[in-house]
Amino acid sequence: MKKFVKLASVACVAAMTVSATTMAAEEFWIGGIGPLTGAVASYGISVKQGAEIAVKEIHEAGDVTIGDTTYEIKLDYQDDQGSEDIAPQAYNTVMDNGANVIMGAVTSGPCIAITSDTYADGILQITPSGSAEDCIANDNAFRICFSDPEQGVAMADYLIDTVGISKVAVIYNTADDYSSGIKEAFEAEFTEKGGEVVASEAFQTGDQEFNTQLTTIQGTDAEAIYVPAYYQDATYITKQAADQGMELPFFGSDGWDGVLGTVTDPALVEGCIFTSPFCASVDEEKTVAFVEAYQEAYDAIPDQFAADGYDCVYTFKAAMEQAQSIESEDLIAAMTEITVDGLTGTMTFDASGAPIKDVLFVTVKDGAYTFVE
Amino acid sequence: MKKYGKQILGCAAAIAVYVAVTAAVNMGVMSRQMMSLIVPVCMNIMLAVSLCMVVGFLGELSLGHAAFMSIGAYAGALVLKSGLPTVAALPLAVVTGGACAAVLGLIVGIPVLRLRGDYLAITTLAFGEIIKSVFNAATPITGGAGGLKRIPPVTTYRNFTFVYVLMLIVIVLVSNLVNSRHGRAICAIRDNYIAAEAIGIKVSLFKTMAFVLAAFMAGMAGVVYAGNIGILRPGNFDYNTSIEILVMVVLGGMGNITGSIIAAALLTLLPELLRGLSNYRMLVYAIVLIAMMLFSNSPLRRMLAEKRNMRQADKIQ
Repeated sequence: MKKFVKLASVACVAAMTVSATTMAAEEFWIGGIGPLTGAVASYGISVKQGAEIAVKEIHEAGDVTIGDTTYEIKLDYQDDQGSEDIAPQAYNTVMDNGANVIMGAVTSGPCIAITSDTYADGILQITPSGSAEDCIANDNAFRICFSDPEQGVAMADYLIDTVGISKVAVIYNTADDYSSGIKEAFEAEFTEKGGEVVASEAFQTGDQEFNTQLTTIQGTDAEAIYVPAYYQDATYITKQAADQGMELPFFGSDGWDGVLGTVTDPALVEGCIFTSPFCASVDEEKTVAFVEAYQEAYDAIPDQFAADGYDCVYTFKAAMEQAQSIESEDLIAAMTEITVDGLTGTMTFDASGAPIKDVLFVTVKDGAYTFVE
Repeated sequence: MKKYGKQILGCAAAIAVYVAVTAAVNMGVMSRQMMSLIVPVCMNIMLAVSLCMVVGFLGELSLGHAAFMSIGAYAGALVLKSGLPTVAALPLAVVTGGACAAVLGLIVGIPVLRLRGDYLAITTLAFGEIIKSVFNAATPITGGAGGLKRIPPVTTYRNFTFVYVLMLIVIVLVSNLVNSRHGRAICAIRDNYIAAEAIGIKVSLFKTMAFVLAAFMAGMAGVVYAGNIGILRPGNFDYNTSIEILVMVVLGGMGNITGSIIAAALLTLLPELLRGLSNYRMLVYAIVLIAMMLFSNSPLRRMLAEKRNMRQADKIQ
């Protein structure tokens, strides 16, 4: 009996050591920075949740193995309240906690506020959704989403080359970096290509009354209206345009994603086309799996920010595998060599830090989003 | 000698804090999170002390402090970006920032300070919104909604000494002013407007003076902000920021400079210290704020304060 106990205990110890060696994955920390409170909290929460789905998937698929070591990816996500004032504190907190790479910040301003610090630390920084040009000004910074100008240029090309429209009116938000950034690039490209911007009407964040702008546009010979803005604005604009009896087609930017949830009647946005890297209701294997996992975990439909966060984590994984290292210096070098097949498209990265991927166009057909054929 | 006891104590405290912070930074015992808070704490102390003069001593409610800060920040940032060597650019930026804010303080102050109480509060609030819109619209100079970017980081915690000295200047200036003849005139206006006017105090002059001086100091704090963050966006200087500064002053006890300093430091550090609570962070912060406000108005605190006063009175006797 004694012998048996001894044997059993030896077996136990052996089992424990075995499980310890297989369990003892090193930890690889992603320092996430984004708004979890404040006016733009929804973006930061989406990115965090999208990233969490990816982290969980990678862990279930057996973590990331580099040489003899297995790394378990972990996410340490800190709130920056969408404010430049708080972002440096959030960044330094994740650094205190031992972050290996930085995912963030989610919005452009806070992202720019930490770029000089991340550059000084030489750490790999990938912003899932900071679309301003300056977010990736340094060599250590990369981006998952499109920049604002890229979207504007893509839409201008699409309108002239594919749709065949040469006279367009623009409604944009002067108080918003994103909206005015797209608008400038769009107008420059559109005029360059021989089109004419017949009206360029401004509004401010929080405006709900667009009749003045729409009336002005009605007095021109515009063939379409381009609205680079968020879906809340698009909701008011399309409704008021319909009330005025306007029948011009609408085009938008990726901020339009979600417009079906707020319009009173889906018919108002039927046929509108907007640039978008991700669309939750598209019937594609990867997207469907992600949307299901997301719905199960958070009981919500993922938006573009969640997809950006998800892709960001997979980009880190691809860089680790390519570099065969977890040192930021090697990871940064590997970034330009990897190809990530993500939810927001198959992308590679150029030396400037921008992603190279196709711009996709989404339209509303029979009250549902689909990609333009 | 006794007369200077308080000043000596203040100097000792200032030096002790400086030595402690510098030592902690250089010896590497301070976490990076805390290091990144050094400058915001100093900046908020400058803002709170300067607003304390208007709200606490002059007794007028101003909700436009963030606007003065933003003017200083933009003016200073443009100087910093001009390419001058830092040694020259930084002092020049601070003076320019302060001066621009003071000039606007004067322009706004002369007509607006004829109003009192709630009316003044609303007018300064509106002034803040105007400034914000101007910065949004003046894209060629201010970068518009996207913000003024790539400001040289010259007032980060590595330049702690400069920021700290600037903060001490503000504190000394305000506390000395308050104890001077002018300061007594300002307090007299607060305590009884009519009586002050009747004994010959030039009410408008003193009101404008206090207002302009506060604007100047807020402008300097704005430059510190610009050099620390590196990007300025008009949206960050809305009335919420003004109210945050006001909260510090109110929590510190109106007209109490030491209180304002402590409250400013506490309210800057608190949200960061609560990071461990993740999702409940801002909720707990708000609850703590309510609790602190209740405490500072509670009979318990009043009793403690009275006891302390009595003890001090005993000592003097």
